[in-house]
Amino acid sequence: MKTKGRQTLRQTLRFAAASAITLFFLFPIYWLFMISFKTADEIYSYPPVWWPKTLQFNNYAVLFKDGDAITVWNSLIIATASTLLAMLLGTICAYSLARYKTGGDHLSNWIISQRMVPPIAVVFPIFLLYVYFGWVDTYIGIILLYTAFNLPYVIWMMRGYIQDIPRSLEESALIDGCTRWQVIWKVVFPMCRAGLFATAIFTFVFAWNEFLFALVLTRTEVTTYTVQVTHYFGGQSNFWTKIAAMSVLGTLPVFIAVVFMQRYLVRGISLGAVKG
Amino acid sequence: MSIHQPAIEYLEKNLSVSSQHKYGFVDRNFKQLLVAPSIFLMLLVGVFPLLYLIMVSFQGITMTENNTDFVGLQNYAYLAKDKRMWQALGHTMIFLVIALPIELLLGLAMAQLFLDKLPGRQVFIALLVLPVVISPIVAGATWSLMFDNRFGPINQIIGWIVGKDMALLWTFNPSLVYPAILVAEIWQWTPFMFLLLLAALANVDKSQLEAASIDGAGYWRTFRQIVLPSIWPVMAIALLIRALDLFRLFDIVWALTQGGPGTMTETISMFTYVQGFRQFETSYTAAVALLIIVLLSIVLMWALRRVELSR
Repeated sequence: MKTKGRQTLRQTLRFAAASAITLFFLFPIYWLFMISFKTADEIYSYPPVWWPKTLQFNNYAVLFKDGDAITVWNSLIIATASTLLAMLLGTICAYSLARYKTGGDHLSNWIISQRMVPPIAVVFPIFLLYVYFGWVDTYIGIILLYTAFNLPYVIWMMRGYIQDIPRSLEESALIDGCTRWQVIWKVVFPMCRAGLFATAIFTFVFAWNEFLFALVLTRTEVTTYTVQVTHYFGGQSNFWTKIAAMSVLGTLPVFIAVVFMQRYLVRGISLGAVKG
Repeated sequence: MSIHQPAIEYLEKNLSVSSQHKYGFVDRNFKQLLVAPSIFLMLLVGVFPLLYLIMVSFQGITMTENNTDFVGLQNYAYLAKDKRMWQALGHTMIFLVIALPIELLLGLAMAQLFLDKLPGRQVFIALLVLPVVISPIVAGATWSLMFDNRFGPINQIIGWIVGKDMALLWTFNPSLVYPAILVAEIWQWTPFMFLLLLAALANVDKSQLEAASIDGAGYWRTFRQIVLPSIWPVMAIALLIRALDLFRLFDIVWALTQGGPGTMTETISMFTYVQGFRQFETSYTAAVALLIIVLLSIVLMWALRRVELSR
């Protein structure tokens, strides 16, 4: 009886600690969302109010009316196109690495080391190259860069997922008369579709959230939402309503994505080191 | 050879496919063709910039002068003496050395807390994931709203605790900017550590833990001798990924302080950005970027040998 009571107390304390920690991590997100629903008066009232009186969407309406929301659309196009491209090229490359051991360990290690290059070190020469090509502030420029930068991740992750599926199916498909392309298309892709899906979502989120490349390589035409958010910064008087509303517009899609990738999250963020 | 070789040989021998169907260029170079487009793109963003940086860093190009003459080691000599650059590198190291252990320890403690059964455990974990997937620039913006001296809740909460109104200038006061940035950084990435360590802890061999407890080993002893060796591979990867991210810290600082006050919180990434895109010191920026790549490569070579990334 006594130990049971102590255990209940222990569980209660653990639950309280867990709740407190979760509250701490959620509070800033709550604050951001909440500000996006406040009126300017409510934002600039002292002391700060913790919930808006009425739920109003005017801050969002302003973004759409002024055309700022187009940057979310730009982000969507850029992230989608670069994800599809990186998935297509990366998966066939991963297939070659996984099944034919192309290039051996050296090639694989070189590829993952490309993932670790700091963006700032390469963005400068790429910027100069893009100036030369006329690719600054164009979709093609930023999409290609995101594709190239996400390729190591896609290759590395898909190599792992392809290694997880048995080879015998591919061999029997070959004997049944499939061409090698058909083997990839009709056997490998369907077999690792969960991995494809998870990797694609991660790639999308990386591209969606990226800031530094976008800051350097976009001006006015293809500005992404991350760059747009920083346009509202400035001195003391920030456009808080716009910062908050734009941030929420950019954050909601990732929150939706995270629901779908819950099962693959740990594997995805640990570069495949932990198979969840 | 490739796994398909036996199958192809089988086809050729027994089904006499080869008489109708000669293997063309695509079939003969299949595995190389599959990797070619990816390798090409990666070389374009990985190797081309490197070669270009090496060349430009020995020239004398600035905003006003398009001097493509080779000036030898002039940029590097300047680099060695550039206080602001070394300070930026130092700031980066301060962030790294403080944030990384805190994220690790907090993440580990949280993972321990959430390891066993708990009502609503899955919901808690799903919610704790959220900071990790937010764009760092948005996280920085959020915290700059939180830290506002007048309209942010942080000062309000501190005011409740100390019992009088506080107006701390978190993003301007030299003694508060580091804590502010670190809080934002740790807030965003502790859940990353937490998730990986939780997965690692869940994989620790239960029978070994039971054996240890029967043998009367205490908590610390069990942790040091059984748990730690078991979770170390994952922990090492988590540390490596986070260390690399912290080394290129940019977004959160950019959103919170822009490197200020003055250049007090300027990281090496921000310094490079300012040199290249604000002051247009082309050749000098190239030298700085090369320095970053060299430093990082040294650390990486050392680290990758100790981390079990490849399977």
